[in-house]
Amino acid sequence: MRILAAYNIKGGVGKTSTAVNIAYLAARDGYRVLLWDLDPQGAASFLFRVRPRVKGGGKALVTGRRPVDDAIKATDFDNLDLLPADFTYRNLDLHLDDQRKPMTRLRNLLRPLGDEYDLVVLDCPPSISLLSESVLHAADLLLVPLIPTTLSMRTLDQLTGFIAGFTGRRPRVLAFWSMFDRRKRLHREIAAELPAQGTEVAATAIPALSAIERMSLQRAPITASAPRGQAARYYRDLWAEARSRAGLPDPPAGPPAGLAPAN
Amino acid sequence: MQRRPEVVPIVNAVREFVPAGGVPTAGDGLPPIDDPRFAISPGTRSGRLRRSWLDTFDWRLFRAGLILEYRLTRAGHGELLLTDRDGDPVAAETLTGAAAAVPRRPFLPGALPLGPVRERLMSVTTIRAMLPVATAASTLTEHRAVNTDDKTIARIVVERMTVLPAPKPGATIPGAPKPGAATDSAATDGAPAPGTSDRIAIIPLRGYQAQADRFAELVEQAPGFGPAAHSAFETALAAAGRRPGDYTSKINVELAGDLPAAHALAAILGRLFEVALANRDGTIADIDTEFLHDLRVSVRRTRSVLKIARSALPPSLTERYRPEFKWLGDLTTPTRDLDVFLLTYPSMADGLIGANADELEPFRDYLRQQRTTAHRRLVRGLRSARFARLAEDWQRDLARLASSSRHRPVTGPYAAARIARTHRDVLRTGAAVTEGSAPAALHELRKRCKELRYALEVFASLHEPAQHWRAVNELKTLQDVLGEFQDTEVQRARLRGFAAQMIGQGVPATALLAMGEIGAQLAVRQQAARAEFAGRFAAFSSPQGQARITALTGAAR
Ligand SMILES: Nc1ncnc2c1ncn2[C@@H]1O[C@H](COP(=O)(O)OP(=O)(O)O)[C@@H](O)[C@H]1O
Ligand SMILES: [Mg+2]
Repeated sequence: MRILAAYNIKGGVGKTSTAVNIAYLAARDGYRVLLWDLDPQGAASFLFRVRPRVKGGGKALVTGRRPVDDAIKATDFDNLDLLPADFTYRNLDLHLDDQRKPMTRLRNLLRPLGDEYDLVVLDCPPSISLLSESVLHAADLLLVPLIPTTLSMRTLDQLTGFIAGFTGRRPRVLAFWSMFDRRKRLHREIAAELPAQGTEVAATAIPALSAIERMSLQRAPITASAPRGQAARYYRDLWAEARSRAGLPDPPAGPPAGLAPAN
Repeated sequence: MQRRPEVVPIVNAVREFVPAGGVPTAGDGLPPIDDPRFAISPGTRSGRLRRSWLDTFDWRLFRAGLILEYRLTRAGHGELLLTDRDGDPVAAETLTGAAAAVPRRPFLPGALPLGPVRERLMSVTTIRAMLPVATAASTLTEHRAVNTDDKTIARIVVERMTVLPAPKPGATIPGAPKPGAATDSAATDGAPAPGTSDRIAIIPLRGYQAQADRFAELVEQAPGFGPAAHSAFETALAAAGRRPGDYTSKINVELAGDLPAAHALAAILGRLFEVALANRDGTIADIDTEFLHDLRVSVRRTRSVLKIARSALPPSLTERYRPEFKWLGDLTTPTRDLDVFLLTYPSMADGLIGANADELEPFRDYLRQQRTTAHRRLVRGLRSARFARLAEDWQRDLARLASSSRHRPVTGPYAAARIARTHRDVLRTGAAVTEGSAPAALHELRKRCKELRYALEVFASLHEPAQHWRAVNELKTLQDVLGEFQDTEVQRARLRGFAAQMIGQGVPATALLAMGEIGAQLAVRQQAARAEFAGRFAAFSSPQGQARITALTGAAR
């Protein structure tokens, strides 16, 4: 089982849009995928029409009082399940702090799901917190959306520096340009900068597209609702890059069910 | 990536419904749902499925409480699903590539890839092949039950299943459904073919069991729909005109003691021939070794009955048919002997001390080659005019016998007398065996024992079951040791014959040396059996041992 996190301390940069589409594309490839909506605002849960509610709240999950798989909901898509957001997740920091090893807690919580899922995708809330630190320790790969601004490369370098200080396992970092506009000279110039050692910037940039914005009206990943569209193509390219970085083996051959979309 | 869990976890309880009467419905087959909490979002996916239910010819899986289904969704992709009789998963396996074709023909469990299904099947049988007991073509249409958020809470799979005509034994079952093929009988809309039925499965999505249950209740209440009383397996089986356990090699004939013996014998012999015929096609198709075995046992029982009960039968009948059944029995012997060698080959090879197992390989090649020839000869015999005439005349003459006016003797006393007589024969022949007796003396005794055994078995329905069981057990203990002695005797003689022929074919000396060891293994077993014989016979002929048999003849109704 691999863990991939859409991560950035800033909000509104495209984490949720990325997490949702990457999770869907992985499931489509035949991987068994769990998407964990860690953001109390529940944007990812909303996109999958799942009510943002976990029995016993975040505390029951983090303390292990309720097994994680009790809270899991199937999405409408094959191979893709969701661990919904809950309003109480805003206190997750406190509950984590009560744990003996808060840093490895998230990874340990997910470990028992290893038989059921090939990939866990974490959709992270924007913040610097114990939770986000715990995510950094749990993930095998961080997908970091960056909106091209003068500060974005510095933010990324800070993150790389922070991770470099970890003892033991460290996640791989794959940054990518989000809401990129190639008509803007500034964007092109910033995108030409090179990040610090140990960080990669994906060849795929996700452009600013109104189709992606409209996802919250459709309440479905754009890669599912408009698979032939431009947005889907970019996300597929990004997924291909992420997949190879995440060290996922080939997916199992063929769909298990004898059902195909009716034409 | 981890393998998929070996045992399919049951996360959610699936509920199945059928339209009233089980007949196909018009239109999309969906129940009308009128409830503000739920809606049905019409089908976006459909598919075809070839379903086959497999078991051994003698229903070993079913008897062990198991049901095996093979689902082919497309060429090169199938799923083997082993469940208990309630349909709860026991083991599952996805077969792809060349392995996906294995279950389409009769196969032994050992032909499957290593995995939980193979392992479970092996624990039930290693020598009987899996065959389709029913095959169906299904079209599936998936709809979705959604809640007020338009979130799917359950998948609604409408299945229209058409049971296909039973294939000939040994035939390949039809392959995966071809997408878009119009010839698929189940796929044609309009008037449903006979053997077609609809069923609806409500498959809850993970985390939505409660809502799915509420939805299923609405389906249950919908006019014209009810819970499925029969599983797809039961439905398909019934449509194919089969029922679990419809083949058994047992002589399941109920006899009344006051029936004329001739009529009882006609029923018994008729039943024995029915078993022989039931195994003929499987023997010809060479599906597994047990078809021939059961066929042979039937013939041997027939011959014994013709012999021990000849006084109750018209002489013309025994005169005509005893040589015919001897012919049929002899026809089957060479193949069976080779089967026995091949079946025990692995343990023989394992038991080698001096030689190593690959040195014995030329022997196996030889056995296989001999068996091919022997089987070809057997098939010719089973397809011959002589066999056809035997079958036709025999059944006709038995029918005549069944309505003949031979009213004496009467079954109860006659059976008791025959059992008592064969019992005496066993005791007398056995008493004559001494330590110095030639193997032929033991062989004679074995034959007498078989006659007694068959006499007990064909008249079993006249006996009190517990008494019958005790008598058979008493005899069986003696038969086992005699069987071991005689079988090893025969095998040693065969082995010498094989070796003499193989020399002429220039096989390596190492092979013959290894065979020499096999001969020694057989001799050791034979000696052990010989040593054990005296004790077993003493027990059998002791007053208690005798009483177990005579209890039956005294109690004969
Ligand atoms: N590539 C894009 N083009 C246009 N709008 C985007 C794009 N990516 C995200 N958005 C929009 O930006 C907003 C924030 O995106 P979101 O994915 O929720 O970011 P985060 O999870 O980092 O807060 C949303 O309204 C979303 O629809
Ligand atoms: Mg978000």
